[in-house]
Amino acid sequence: MSEYSQSQSVGIVAPQTARFSEPLALRSGAFLADYELVYETYGTLNADRSNAILICHALNASHHVAGTYADEPDNVGWWDNMVGPGKPVDTNRFFVVGVNNLGSCFGSSGPLSINPATGKAWGADFPLVTVEDWVDAQARLADHLGIAKFCAVMGGSLGGMQALCWSIRYPSRVAHALVIAAAPNLSAQNIAFNEVARQAILSDPQFSDGHFSEKGEKPRLGLRVARMIGHITYISDEQMAEKFGRQLREGLKFSFAPEFQIESYLRYQGDKFAEYYDANTYLRVTKALDYFDPAAEHGGSLAKALAPASAKFLVVSFTTDWRFSPERSREIVKALIDNRRDVAYAEIAAPNGHDAFLLEDPRYLATVRAYLNRAMS
Amino acid sequence: MSIRRDYSVIADWINPGSRVLDLGCGDGTLFKLLADTRQATGYGIEIDDDKIPLCIANGVNVLQRDLEGGLRDFDDQSFDCVILSQTLQAMRHTELVLTEMLRIGREAIVTFPNFGYWHVRMQLLMGRMPVSDDLPYQWYDTPNVHLFTIADFDALCEKKGYRVISRQVLAGDTPVIALANIRGSLAMYRLTRS
Repeated sequence: MSEYSQSQSVGIVAPQTARFSEPLALRSGAFLADYELVYETYGTLNADRSNAILICHALNASHHVAGTYADEPDNVGWWDNMVGPGKPVDTNRFFVVGVNNLGSCFGSSGPLSINPATGKAWGADFPLVTVEDWVDAQARLADHLGIAKFCAVMGGSLGGMQALCWSIRYPSRVAHALVIAAAPNLSAQNIAFNEVARQAILSDPQFSDGHFSEKGEKPRLGLRVARMIGHITYISDEQMAEKFGRQLREGLKFSFAPEFQIESYLRYQGDKFAEYYDANTYLRVTKALDYFDPAAEHGGSLAKALAPASAKFLVVSFTTDWRFSPERSREIVKALIDNRRDVAYAEIAAPNGHDAFLLEDPRYLATVRAYLNRAMS
Repeated sequence: MSIRRDYSVIADWINPGSRVLDLGCGDGTLFKLLADTRQATGYGIEIDDDKIPLCIANGVNVLQRDLEGGLRDFDDQSFDCVILSQTLQAMRHTELVLTEMLRIGREAIVTFPNFGYWHVRMQLLMGRMPVSDDLPYQWYDTPNVHLFTIADFDALCEKKGYRVISRQVLAGDTPVIALANIRGSLAMYRLTRS
């Protein structure tokens, strides 16, 4: 697939920081007195400011959507196959904004940043933030960038939930919402997986009620198990069978050392994640997922929740995604049909499970490309 | 590009500003024609992966799903017209699809290749399964599971209590008036519940 090769990367990019001093009221009732959002932009905002696309990230990603850093040439953005010159989100035409959400550990205000009230890191004291809070903060970033209305707000998984939330919360500020591999809320099973992941962290002796960094510690074991659990839900049974099957590393040892390839793969993923991710952030992001449920305020009617939305929609699901299955996307489509909204829906027969939204499937990329071409024409 | 004769007949049957559901909308050419010339709004349904980006490029609200069982999401009488263009013969549950069409739509447009066409009859007389412009498949690779004639469809409409608002039969691009079940290769019906 040379079409999507590195030669069409946005190249070297640099994050920017926007500081906001007007307090942000959070859904929990708490306030953030002031906060920072880290973001990246690619492409050029046109004269009438009509070509901006906001990219919302999922659980463990960030504002680094595309390109690389001058001092970290291997640190390629998480959606680099989607965003770049000539790519489906074509930076020759669109002004693309990637933003790091509040509560994250990649630069925006969160548990790792300094609480101005105490002069120390927020740690466990950083408030719980929701998808609605993220979207409100993103809207302020849009104000800061002079973007009254996005041509599109898009994201996969939790990012897709933010796009959905944008269409409800700021209907006049979104022309198109691209909701990919998402769900209108989490099922009991989804919440159950999140809860097991949280328990792994909360019960790690090094978690210290979230105040681990003051002690110079880190709940690595908890984070590692949390990531292992999460990772299982991101890939399909089919893909796991194909990639690992029952392959052994060196034959049976009759011990608890990793013997099957899948065990060593999960341990590797867990170890890697525990190094770069923050436990307090993980707890908060999984809670934001659990809390998201726009229909709840409308007696469980997603159609009523989506009634204010005026955007046109592209909804995409992947057949082997069992975390947010196609049925969940069809619920969103049904609610949009009930409101007579413009919606296109693609159900991509990809083998990769939930992770498919990050991968290079030509049918998927062609669908997004066609949709955004149409959006700009 | 010239407009297909059957598409222009369908466009003539769509009232301006109608809400339309096009079942098996392909690359969205028909829906785009109806949107452009009749200001139709609504959705197209298509199962084929490769057609989805083409529909989107044509500005069609395409929903990727199977027609059989995929119509439950649409409320009763929520469309002015539901179209099934040259697809009924490939449906497994023929009656159910027709019932669903007139549950969802006030009117239905159904077009199908006429198995009573003289050319088809000739090939059968010669002992072979027919292959033609409207039935372009060999018996072993055809998606068509229910082949039927104009007379068969008339009988089904009568059984189901459907009223034929309009009927147009074509032989190639030419309208056929007399002996339609012999001279017509493509039949087009505009139906409602009586």
